[in-house]
Amino acid sequence: MNLRTKRKLINKTALVLSLLAMTFGLVWLLWILVEVFRLGVGGLSWDLFTKMTPPPGTEGGLLNAIVGSFIMVGLATLLGTPIGMLAGIYLAEYGQRGWLGSVTRFINDILLSAPSIVIGLFVYAVMVIHMGGFSGIAGVVALALLVIPVVVRTTENMLILVPNSLREAAFALGAHKWKVICFVTARAARAGILTGILLAIARISGETAPLLFTALSNQFWSIDLLEPMANLPMTIFKFAMSPFQDWQKLAWAGVFLITMGVLALNILARVLFKEEIKR
Amino acid sequence: MPGPGSVRKGGRFGDVLFFNLTRTFAVFTLLMLAGIIVSLFVSSWPSIEKFGLSFLWTSEWNPPMDRFGALIPIYGTLVTSVIALVIAVPVSFGIAVFLTELSPLWLRRPLGTAIELLAAIPSIVYGMWGLLVFAPLFGQYVQPFLQATLGNIPGIGALFSGPPIGIGLLCAGIILAIMIIPFIASVMRDVFEVTPPLLKESAFGLGATTWEVVWKVVLPYTKVGVVGGIMLGLGRALGETMAVTFVIGNTNFLSDVSLFSPGNSITSALANEFQEAGSGLHSAALIELGLILFLITFIVLAASKVLLLKLAVHEGAKT
Repeated sequence: MNLRTKRKLINKTALVLSLLAMTFGLVWLLWILVEVFRLGVGGLSWDLFTKMTPPPGTEGGLLNAIVGSFIMVGLATLLGTPIGMLAGIYLAEYGQRGWLGSVTRFINDILLSAPSIVIGLFVYAVMVIHMGGFSGIAGVVALALLVIPVVVRTTENMLILVPNSLREAAFALGAHKWKVICFVTARAARAGILTGILLAIARISGETAPLLFTALSNQFWSIDLLEPMANLPMTIFKFAMSPFQDWQKLAWAGVFLITMGVLALNILARVLFKEEIKR
Repeated sequence: MPGPGSVRKGGRFGDVLFFNLTRTFAVFTLLMLAGIIVSLFVSSWPSIEKFGLSFLWTSEWNPPMDRFGALIPIYGTLVTSVIALVIAVPVSFGIAVFLTELSPLWLRRPLGTAIELLAAIPSIVYGMWGLLVFAPLFGQYVQPFLQATLGNIPGIGALFSGPPIGIGLLCAGIILAIMIIPFIASVMRDVFEVTPPLLKESAFGLGATTWEVVWKVVLPYTKVGVVGGIMLGLGRALGETMAVTFVIGNTNFLSDVSLFSPGNSITSALANEFQEAGSGLHSAALIELGLILFLITFIVLAASKVLLLKLAVHEGAKT
């Protein structure tokens, strides 16, 4: 075999392998989605949204878990988003030079990928122990701490994309810096920032680990933030690990709801971002 | 001019206020990191004080007797993460090459998004799917096959011995691999795209094949970033909780080196035992596990970030 054919052969092999790798990745995505769909759709019923989580062996739904998840995710987003946005604004508008900006940027990127279970432990150590028990509010704080790094990152990235000429034009009209930021740059970047918030919501809606030691879960209807609060991920965890058929069926239905919700949020965020880039 | 002057003063006050407000929250992020380390250190102090450094290499985990050693969870975390990297790195490289060099332009975006969606699926979904769908099939078909082939090779055969029960270290490692592929692949794709077209075109002009351009031009140019991406994946794998808890088997005894055996990881030990652990030494030992995990992932992720920044600086200097 001469060198030319050998090189061509190596090239072909490598490219075929790369195609196989791509297929490998896609197969898992499809397989998981198909199974979640197949096993989850069977559990969908009106009862799922109107009845409480049942004791083993009886019929029931996921109402308290769904409501609890909505409350906690909603409050965590409300709590985490402003903090994240303000920190992101600092990084983009004030902290481009100087040590505080670069250190914060570095630490924030690490927190972005830090294990979420450690965030749960942290909230347990500083809140749950002192409050004397697991509570919905502790779950909210844990989720909010996960929202912050995501929002910081996207806010900074989006503000940096805003052209400097826009800022200069506003300054030239005599506007103060905080007005320029609030009414010109932040407004120009709002679709991008919204994308980040949607991605943060998608991330925390499926998070289970940080809730293990904070909100715990609740078999019953609970909207008191000072009590353990029912939520979808923890309910799925408990039901999926159980030997009871009814519980497993409910767990699959819950997994279906979460997966569809998270994928929808992700796709929505991408569509929004694409529109923004086009403009 | 009193009129405009006072307006300006008000604005200046707003400036100072807004600057300090945003800076406070930037500092808040830093405090969060310090808070995590300090609070975990304080809460795990009883265990640190009692067991000292030997906590790291003692394998006994005995809650009734109040004797704790972290060797088995640490071993489980490292082994599953290594398995995940062994599988995920070549696959992610292939995906990144496909997305940057092979795929038709109109397919790049949808395929890239599909791979990123793999990262969006919550880990509890991976866990439940892994336990109820993947592990039974894995134990029935794949493990016996591995045993019949790789199991006969002296040396590494021991890794594939034991009853094929599906769940265990290997199963957890494979599911982790699927979960970190999107992270590594998207970093690799992004860094491959920063290679100056001029470099690639020169190589093509000299008659290099696509593979030679990737292997001898793109990869050397971006290797720092590629390693950074791999470290990011490793950081993710080390800290993954729910998916691992479902399929690792959750046992604190490990008798052989087989990857088929059930085990425990730092995260699964925390997820399973923490609620039952009374106050006292048991929960302090578990929190110490969490602290160890945080410190390891912190170092790995910091290294990843430094490498990726290095590539960015390098790129800035070149162009």
